[in-house]
Amino acid sequence: MDASTSLETHHDPHAHVAEHEHHELGWWRKYVFSTDHKVIGIQYGFTGLIFLFFGFSLMMLMRWQLAYPGQALPVIGKFLPHIFGPGTMPDGKMTPDFYNSLGAMHGTIMVFLGIVPLAFAAFGNFVVPLQIGAPDMAFPKVNMASYWAVFVGSIVMLISFFVPGGAAKSGWTSYVPLAAIADSGPGHLPVFNGQTLWLIGFIFLITSSLLGAINFIATIIQLRAKGLTWMRLPFFVWAQFVTAFLLLLAFPPLEAGIIMQLMDRVADTSFFMPAGLVVNGAALHISGGGSPLLWQHLFWFLAHPEVYVLILPGMGIIAEILANNSRKPLWGYKSLVFSVLTIGFLSFIVWAHHMWLTGMGSAVSAFFQTTTLIISIPSVIILSAFFISLWGGSIRFTVPMLFATAFLPMFGIGGLTGIPLAFNSADLYLHDTYYVIAHFHYIVAPGTIFALFAGIYYWFPKATGRKMNDFWGKVHFWPTLICMNVIFLPMFLQGMAGMHRRWYDGGQGWTVSGDHTIWGLTGFQWNTPISWAAWIMGLAQIPFIINFFWSIKHGEKVNDNPWEATTLEWTAPSPPPHGNFVTTPVAYRGPYEYSLPGREQDFTMQNEPVEPSERTRRKPPAELVRA
Amino acid sequence: MEIPYTVSTRPDTGLWNAKVGIWLFLASEVMLFGGLFSAYIFLRLDAPPGMWPHGLLNVPVGTMNTAILIMSSVTVVLAWAALKMRRYRAYWWYMLATILCGVIFLTVKLVYEWPQKFDHFGAYIKPEELGKYEQYLGNEHAAAKGLPPRLEITGHLHNRAALNDPNIKDYEVALDPVNADPINPAMDRPHFFYMPPTDKIAKIEKEDVQYATMFLPKHSAYFASYFTITGLHGMHVLGGVLVFIYMWLPVSKKLYQRNPEHLANRVEVAGLFWHFVDLIWIFVFPLFYLL
Amino acid sequence: MNNPPDVSQDPKEYEEYAHNVQKHVRGYLMVGALLLAFTAITVALSYVDFGARKANVAVAMFVATLKAGLVAAIFMHLAAEKRLIYRILIFTGFFVFGLFWLIFLAWYDYPVFH
Repeated sequence: MDASTSLETHHDPHAHVAEHEHHELGWWRKYVFSTDHKVIGIQYGFTGLIFLFFGFSLMMLMRWQLAYPGQALPVIGKFLPHIFGPGTMPDGKMTPDFYNSLGAMHGTIMVFLGIVPLAFAAFGNFVVPLQIGAPDMAFPKVNMASYWAVFVGSIVMLISFFVPGGAAKSGWTSYVPLAAIADSGPGHLPVFNGQTLWLIGFIFLITSSLLGAINFIATIIQLRAKGLTWMRLPFFVWAQFVTAFLLLLAFPPLEAGIIMQLMDRVADTSFFMPAGLVVNGAALHISGGGSPLLWQHLFWFLAHPEVYVLILPGMGIIAEILANNSRKPLWGYKSLVFSVLTIGFLSFIVWAHHMWLTGMGSAVSAFFQTTTLIISIPSVIILSAFFISLWGGSIRFTVPMLFATAFLPMFGIGGLTGIPLAFNSADLYLHDTYYVIAHFHYIVAPGTIFALFAGIYYWFPKATGRKMNDFWGKVHFWPTLICMNVIFLPMFLQGMAGMHRRWYDGGQGWTVSGDHTIWGLTGFQWNTPISWAAWIMGLAQIPFIINFFWSIKHGEKVNDNPWEATTLEWTAPSPPPHGNFVTTPVAYRGPYEYSLPGREQDFTMQNEPVEPSERTRRKPPAELVRA
Repeated sequence: MEIPYTVSTRPDTGLWNAKVGIWLFLASEVMLFGGLFSAYIFLRLDAPPGMWPHGLLNVPVGTMNTAILIMSSVTVVLAWAALKMRRYRAYWWYMLATILCGVIFLTVKLVYEWPQKFDHFGAYIKPEELGKYEQYLGNEHAAAKGLPPRLEITGHLHNRAALNDPNIKDYEVALDPVNADPINPAMDRPHFFYMPPTDKIAKIEKEDVQYATMFLPKHSAYFASYFTITGLHGMHVLGGVLVFIYMWLPVSKKLYQRNPEHLANRVEVAGLFWHFVDLIWIFVFPLFYLL
Repeated sequence: MNNPPDVSQDPKEYEEYAHNVQKHVRGYLMVGALLLAFTAITVALSYVDFGARKANVAVAMFVATLKAGLVAAIFMHLAAEKRLIYRILIFTGFFVFGLFWLIFLAWYDYPVFH
């Protein structure tokens, strides 16, 4: 119990409690402007899912243009110009600028408005305090601020679709000088144009992530329950811890870059603009003296750790579910921890592998190739540990487990296909082709997003006291898995055949000898089955959405620990009350004590005291003894 | 429901929560300003000879502002110490002093330094026309002395309309001392005391000008970095001042009476932020004003 | 001295603690004076010709680092801070240094200067 009393006045305990007893909060303070980590987690979850589906819809639109370039989009094509503006899809036919906007915003929204809020903030906020036995996050008001920052940033990004000229269209990477001159001139407003709003929105998103990261790190360090030493933490908590450090230290240089790009756009500075630029036949009236490469360095300094931000929480979720559904401890816990720490560290010094084509010299290129290859090792260790964890397990294919087991080979494909890209020489050919798109989508789509689905099905009962429907969960899973592969597997081959990213015509104008086919179709023709798989996959999410909302009120009621799991969140009531635990938990054992020999049940929760008969290798931690 | 370790320290780390939090925040700020300073370094290293100006900022004023910020760092730590010793009155006065120092710093910047720059004009002469303006540039003298070339004529622009009106064919500039008397050896190095524009007027034809603006962010990589870094720094000063005002108002007295250690911790955390802001300025000042 | 023992319960222990804080006040004032002095030195040295401009930059940065060190060590209590804070700062230092140094290497390792 912390002593927060002063010298002069001694509070009588009852008065103290009464002072801090929460007076019944109004609806707004309870559900909207809440400082409770569970409410905030759910808020992030809802916002994240909405934007995930919005970003997905943008992609479905793009896939029409790729499969049927220049053709009018039936039915929806008539409505879209009314929503997005007449210049976007006249007569239902997509313009190149609108295609570029869709591409840039699909990337930005999926990564920063979808996955980061979901994987890091939503799951992290809801689960981490519960898993470490804490009553809330260390800084609840800062937590609330971080949610509203992401909300504002997301709205700003959304608004950018509706300003003259439309949303940002210079790629999610916003490379200068294109990004500095785009969305300006006749037909565009100052400040209220796509690219500038993108930059402004981004500042809110970064602020949100920084506040969140501070909260997570401080919480995990300071608020672990008694007995919960570092090496007894669930792997999910470790993953979130490292992710928070990545966000904390990698985002600010990009923020610096964004401020500079904003200055370039709004104040006509030349941070990134070299001298001698000519736009539309006229020389640009700027001082010059800047460097486009500086932007790339600052951008990728964040954006590489960012991709680990996208995958690590997912890996954490998978770890929990694999252990739980194979009824045995995770294999190689120590290796997992050291691997995730190593990935975190190395991820800061590999970024230039996104810049192989900038003509860098061989010395610095060799450095980054080396670090990039080295970072694949801990990733392989983690994946291998996951695979080995299944060996000899008593596997139950619950819906979360379906997604979790599918994650393994999918992430494997994604990770392994990254290896050629680590080589400057191979990447000279593969850079900016569909090979790269396939590589990273395999990691985030049937990788992270599957982990997120798994997590939603898994922790839904903790948040609501009810399970989602199993049958419809499987109806969601199988088509999604199949479609993912139909979408992304051929893309590797399209890319290797030379088809480039960001081509508005879907590669139709790209001439490879007429009879060059991949499995019977030309690179361009493959766009059609890929697009259809994407649209079918969109449809396959409908059972999930319905299942999700229906189960909140009508799902099968379950007890506090329906999955018979071991970690501390399952000791709390479902849903947990304000303050989370009826009695503050104490941890006596590791997080994955499944199938302990000599026990009746095949799982032992972390807060169960250690029997004298149990063989323990270590002395209890000092804090338990001192107490 | 109480969050543990908000005031007392956790045994194994020896820290209370907000202290961990503020240092993490400061770590991110190090990365932020690190990114900006890195940009400054690259822009400066890449600037061709003569394209990175010196001596354009008012050194006495900058020095005074530096001293003010240093003093505010002293007063804020004294405020914290006063709280730890449970001397509220002393705390209140030290905190007020800190706030005033911060306000003075910002005022000097926003009311004097920046507007003075916005009012100053500079025209970069086209390389092929440099000879035509030798009387104002003194490049022969500079080359003889091994100094970087002078590519710009600066001073007070008399016909502001010339900036936007294509019909006006030249700029009328009341020259800065360095352009009024370029071969004077006294002009070879920047001066400590500010020297205002002279009465000597020069007519610079627009045709001969590569690029001309007031001393705005868009003027050069130098001013772009100067305004951006000092602007962001200034926003941090403002943020700090606002937090200090909140901790100085009567609402803080209420917290002091309820739990003085909690207030002391809050002041310490805000003070750490303030010291960091001072730290950044310790580097900004020489890099922009002196070097 | 910065992280107080949980003295709020014992008035006598607190007296001693408060007395300790008093001793540090003199230190703060001295450091403040030193910082002002170093500022004046920085300004003065900037008007001394060390040959190359780079030398002036190095000298000024050296003095600035000394000043920053004083602020960090004494005003920000880093000299007596806990291990965890040091670790956070060391990691940060490593990464900010890496950010700059690696970009610097990449900047100048180009066959054709960009």
